[in-house]
Amino acid sequence: MTVPLTLLGLLEREPSHGYDLKRDYDTFFGRGKPLPYGQVYSTLSRLARDGKVVVGDVAPGAGPDRKRYVITDLGATEVEHWLTEPVEPEPHLQTLLFTKVVLALMLDRPAEEYLDTQRAAHLRRMRELTEIKRSGELVDVMLADHGLYHLEADLRWIETTGARLDALRKAVRP
Amino acid sequence: MSPMIEARDVTYAFGETPALRGANLAVAAGEVVAVMGPSGSGKSTLLHCLAGILRPDSGEVRFDGARIDTLGEADRSTLRRDSFGFVFQFGQLVPELTAAENVALPLLLRGVRRTPALRAARGWFERLGLAGMEHRRSGELSGGQAQRVALARGLVAEPRLLFADEPTGALDSLTGEEVMTLLVDAAREKGTTVVLVTHEARIAAYADREVMVRDGRVNAPAGVAS
Repeated sequence: MTVPLTLLGLLEREPSHGYDLKRDYDTFFGRGKPLPYGQVYSTLSRLARDGKVVVGDVAPGAGPDRKRYVITDLGATEVEHWLTEPVEPEPHLQTLLFTKVVLALMLDRPAEEYLDTQRAAHLRRMRELTEIKRSGELVDVMLADHGLYHLEADLRWIETTGARLDALRKAVRP
Repeated sequence: MSPMIEARDVTYAFGETPALRGANLAVAAGEVVAVMGPSGSGKSTLLHCLAGILRPDSGEVRFDGARIDTLGEADRSTLRRDSFGFVFQFGQLVPELTAAENVALPLLLRGVRRTPALRAARGWFERLGLAGMEHRRSGELSGGQAQRVALARGLVAEPRLLFADEPTGALDSLTGEEVMTLLVDAAREKGTTVVLVTHEARIAAYADREVMVRDGRVNAPAGVAS
């Protein structure tokens, strides 16, 4: 859902060609996951079909394509609505990790070892993100920080759960 | 490769309360290792035993392969002065001294004359973003500035091994990360080995690897021997 809205947002900044849109998307938002050209053009076609963009004057850009896309009032309204609406805070009440821990306890498997393995994996990823922060641009730093804070929250949950395993075992194996 | 610093089955108790119950840890030269664990797990006690501040009740502590737990207080003091550097949570700067004098302290204690010691100390100020603060006393420094002065003091004598006990514990997260970046950059540049005690995963993530202390024992992460 965010790719069409992100491309619309980039078009609100200035009319653009598909090639330039992809380049800007990858620079700011596509860290490690560049947007395929096919997805850019199919998304732009859908946005045009829905009246959120129109094809403007034909002029050369940085890439080979000629079509220059312009956001419509409808598209701009949608961007405005999306930006102002808060993202739903995800409660994460049924995470994969939670399911694994409860199942491990039900099956009398070593849940603490699973938590230790997960902790090590989290810390490994945190080291990678910290290295990105140490060598990257500010945009990379902010993205890495977002990941680090989420991983840190997971780790707190892992610690708390590890300290409560005995009680949890009794709760799930009455 | 033999470790630079090593604890073998170290136990230590505060009176009747055991803090370490057979802790093992080996750190290679040039490594930055984070020692993590909840409050009261024994991680700071482990650091103090490794650094020769505390003598274990049993077990061994080896530095460059030689036992240091059997040394007397005077020899351990010499070892700490000549080979180790320290950074603590609250900086613990000497309030009567200027920032530059605080940084120069380890050199002065090693017998370096005052003028070259202060010259070496001042060399750290610009690098740590403290230029112009050489004459300030600790009361005239922010928490982050004071901790950077403490970091410079820990590194000025180019110790082979730096012990950092919750070095960012009193700082906000952004300032703490700045201090960690400076600490790790300086350590990597000089090849300094670092044993970093922290309960914060974000700070531990600056290390090459981490170990967990729980109930006075060290648990290495899966697949890593400690």
